[in-house]
Amino acid sequence: MEAPRHWRLKKQRYSLTGEVCPHCSAKIFPPRDVCPECGQEAKTAFQFSGKGEVFSYTTINDAPSGYQEQAPYAVALVKLNEGPIVTAQLTDLGAEPVRIGMPVEMVTRRIKDDGNERGVILYGYKFRPVIAGPR
Amino acid sequence: MKLLIPEKPVGIIGYGAYIPRYRIPASEISRIWHGDSDGMPIKEKSVPGLDEDTITMSIEAARNAINRAQIDPKELRAVWIGSESHPYAVKPSGTVVAEAIGASESISAADFEFACKAGTEAVIAGMGFVGSGMGDYVLAVGMDTAQGRPGDVLEYTAAAGGAAVIIGPASNALAVIDAAYSFVTDTPDFWRRQTQKYPEHGQRFTGEPAYFHHLESSIETFFAETGTAAKDYRFAVFHQPNAKFPQKLGKEFGFTKEQFQTGLLSPMIGNTYSGAVLLGLSAILDIAEPGDKIFAAAFGSGAGSDTFSFTVTDQIRLRRSLAPSTQAYINRRTEIDYAVYARHRGKYVMN
Repeated sequence: MEAPRHWRLKKQRYSLTGEVCPHCSAKIFPPRDVCPECGQEAKTAFQFSGKGEVFSYTTINDAPSGYQEQAPYAVALVKLNEGPIVTAQLTDLGAEPVRIGMPVEMVTRRIKDDGNERGVILYGYKFRPVIAGPR
Repeated sequence: MKLLIPEKPVGIIGYGAYIPRYRIPASEISRIWHGDSDGMPIKEKSVPGLDEDTITMSIEAARNAINRAQIDPKELRAVWIGSESHPYAVKPSGTVVAEAIGASESISAADFEFACKAGTEAVIAGMGFVGSGMGDYVLAVGMDTAQGRPGDVLEYTAAAGGAAVIIGPASNALAVIDAAYSFVTDTPDFWRRQTQKYPEHGQRFTGEPAYFHHLESSIETFFAETGTAAKDYRFAVFHQPNAKFPQKLGKEFGFTKEQFQTGLLSPMIGNTYSGAVLLGLSAILDIAEPGDKIFAAAFGSGAGSDTFSFTVTDQIRLRRSLAPSTQAYINRRTEIDYAVYARHRGKYVMN
């Protein structure tokens, strides 16, 4: 049962909330309370913008348990504008081919549920092509 | 007085749309069930992605509304989601949405249900909450991933999408809410029993006794009590279960096509149920100018109607570019066939 773990991690999973190092200003995701750059304590919450680009990607055809209903799907290493690289599913691709360097933005989506429509639904971050058009 | 006007003036501080990217043409649905494509109620409807539901769509619309409102989400005092397709029967959609957008824990959160007017019902509650001074800002969302029984007439139009608005003090509004009115009766035109997947509709109730009677009654009362008429508004948006009903209703009250075509999105995306009127309002706010008056009339089966009048302020020019426009979501379009649609809507039995 993943629900307790997911519940503990919900802030980072729902909204890409990480940390910023008060010593060297590095932006940290996922949050780990120790700065991977300078090794000092870093517990200050930081809200990532959710913008980034595809660093690398692959397509999952043979999905692990709990994810079969969404297969095939793309998983990417996304380099966030603030620096860190995160692993996440890509979504809303439509007919668009994925390419390295593609600008993407974070959205909160259904990650999985237990498939029998009885369990808790797990939500979390994915990335999609940036919406074009007037703002 | 029958109008709903809070003690402290209130308005819309921010708004945000969301429409999923997939579309199924009405002719494709007809191909499966009827074999011809004459007399389609709409051109095509929006379909949610495999990983989308009312919660995820509400989160995106709410983020757009917060961007336009230019407030810290921790200033929200209530997060209310109006829908007839909440993912959980028991566990409020508002809890997940509030956490995802970064609201504080000192909030009221609840799900509203009133068929297609659950979203505007949350807006009216928000007017009372802010207007009484209980809180500065309320997030009200109307959002749906509507279900239609395969082969049923509603399958052509039951679509996905909606919009979020943040209600706050009129002094900080991009559109002031001048007044509202709500009209409700017990009319069995459309319903879904607990645990049932698809709704039922009483054929002969749908048009005259439900949609037209309730909207006409609420619009007549609203006009009489506010001393206004169609000519006093630059834009109007009506609940839009198809393309025909809202146009017939608008013309009855003397509204012209120029007034209602901006907010009439059902021909392109279908009936977004609780989202329909707020999404039409969002499309209007995308192009409205300071001083414009907007009239909005929602309908929810069961049945009832909410009417509103808005006056757009100077703030609209500064804020509307802070999130994607309604049209940007409409333009983001990937056409799918019935087989893919059936997969997206969970119509295949997998276990």
